[in-house]
Amino acid sequence: MELLLQQILAGLATGTIYACIALAIVMTYQAIGHLNFAQGEMAMFSTFIAWQLTQWGAPYWVAFFVTVAVSFAGGVLIELIVLRPIQHAPVLSHVAVFIGLLAILNSLAGFLWDFNVKPFPTPFGTAPLFANGFIDAHQAGMIAVTLFLLAFLYVFFRFTRVGLAMRAAAHDPVSARLVGIRVGWMTALGWGMAAAIGAIAGMMIAPVVFLEPNMMLGVLLYGFAGAVLGGLTSPAGAVIGGLIVGVIENLAGTFIPVIGGELKLTIALAIIVVVLVMKPQGLLGRPVLHRV
Amino acid sequence: MPAPSEEMMEAIAEPAVPEVSAPRLVGHRSVIFATLAIALVLPFLVQSFLTFQLTLVLVYAIAIIGLNLLTGFNGQFSLGHSAFYALGAYVAAMLMDKVNFPYAATLPVAGIACFVFGFLFGLPALRLEGVYLALATFALAVATPQILKLSPLEYWTGGVQGIVISKPDAPYGLPLTQDQWLYFFTLLVTVIMTLLAHNLVASRTGRAMMAIRDNPTAARSMGINIALYKSLTFGVSALYTGVAGALGAIVVQFVAPDSFTFFLSITLLVGLVVGGVGWIPGAFFGGAFVLFVPNFAESISKGLSGAVYGVMIILLIFMLPTGAAGLVRAVTQRLRGQNIR
Repeated sequence: MELLLQQILAGLATGTIYACIALAIVMTYQAIGHLNFAQGEMAMFSTFIAWQLTQWGAPYWVAFFVTVAVSFAGGVLIELIVLRPIQHAPVLSHVAVFIGLLAILNSLAGFLWDFNVKPFPTPFGTAPLFANGFIDAHQAGMIAVTLFLLAFLYVFFRFTRVGLAMRAAAHDPVSARLVGIRVGWMTALGWGMAAAIGAIAGMMIAPVVFLEPNMMLGVLLYGFAGAVLGGLTSPAGAVIGGLIVGVIENLAGTFIPVIGGELKLTIALAIIVVVLVMKPQGLLGRPVLHRV
Repeated sequence: MPAPSEEMMEAIAEPAVPEVSAPRLVGHRSVIFATLAIALVLPFLVQSFLTFQLTLVLVYAIAIIGLNLLTGFNGQFSLGHSAFYALGAYVAAMLMDKVNFPYAATLPVAGIACFVFGFLFGLPALRLEGVYLALATFALAVATPQILKLSPLEYWTGGVQGIVISKPDAPYGLPLTQDQWLYFFTLLVTVIMTLLAHNLVASRTGRAMMAIRDNPTAARSMGINIALYKSLTFGVSALYTGVAGALGAIVVQFVAPDSFTFFLSITLLVGLVVGGVGWIPGAFFGGAFVLFVPNFAESISKGLSGAVYGVMIILLIFMLPTGAAGLVRAVTQRLRGQNIR
């Protein structure tokens, strides 16, 4: 029982990271209707920037916020330079461009910072939080940071004019433009925010998986699984989906012999395929209708 | 940066070059025979390492043809072809390693195994369109190396170590080195597979595939069984890639889980986009590109090949979405003194 509880808590901790990535994916999907396959590599690149800043002697939280700001700007730039020109292009072009971005960021990180595995600092420490050792300080910190982020996003989208405008632009671009919303800028803003969320997720997970150019590929897959499970059209669903996927991963790893431990990525594959086939809209998403 | 016209962008999903209007170089047939003649004498003129590399170009070309049948002619998308390549390679390697199968006989077995797997994976994929299919196949590609490392299968797969295969000698006492023989063997398979692909695309089945790509609703109303054709195309595409995987295993003499990561899928995708989506001979341009350009990039700096791939994909999507196919067509038209549209 204690083991079960411990694994669920640990699952929720990593689940928060999947939730962040899922949220970033859903924000992009809402804004442009495509899945960003480069989301994980963008987060990885941001994490390397943070690492470089701490190597240069910046205090952790300074590096943290500078990285978030730089990632935000980077996301906006990527949207403006790479995606704006192909916004009406078919799916194939988009997927190809995302894969291109993925390859560029991955090998650029390896080029600039080499492929060796690096430790990444945690501001929370790794001591057990309570005497019974249920959860350590870094895991608790991950959960706290994510909750704070979610609260911030909720307030932003619910109570600010820009948030409202972004929701309008995603929901119905034509009408939004007619009431004077700069839809293009809202999309760019969405990209910036997705990149910033990804950066936070990367910096939070890096102390756990260690820093290297390929560290986010698995995390991205779990993020996709979470986003699909929760529903690609629902930010709240993405968060719940990410948490569920984190818990499933941990429980399977502990209680299913061999498969749970060695086939972690296959579990994500299974979740994605099963959800897409059985219930494509996910837990909280709305079904997509096509007019023939 | 100039925004590419929508018409140009359409070209990539739509028939980059429909088979009927394939770029007809001056005297289509003569070009084919000339190329083939060059291909036949080349291994006697160059060093054995280059022969080995040319063999790999052909291997990649077969895999890219497979991806092209799926994407270029049927409009389905796959980021998971590294998984089929891996399956083909492992089937061949295991058959040779455990039951002493002759290497040539492993190709059909690998092809059939991949066809069945691709067909079965294609069944649920029927319900997934566009980006969802890309997602499911992406997950497949990312999960593949882990599946290959699975410890209960280690007896057959060799686990992390993989399997080492010995290189076949030329049969009937032919005066060829091993590399030369493998080159000719691969060339023969490539020619057969290319002809089959060409005929498939030109057939009734091929027209049904393209009709589904261009307008699924119209295709259905004309009585085309969309579910069947889509899964079959997925299977055939996997078959091609599996045969390429088996050949690749024989040529490289080694299979290991980490040779078949997601980046192999990226490589095949780059080859497809470079060669031209929807033009079968483009696969050879694509194959040559993905083999030689990364080598060149790596010689400048380790880790640069991915960046070259990425930049190449994005530039091509922006400026030449028809890849080598479009380039060849433009050149031929200019040679013939026609105006380029």
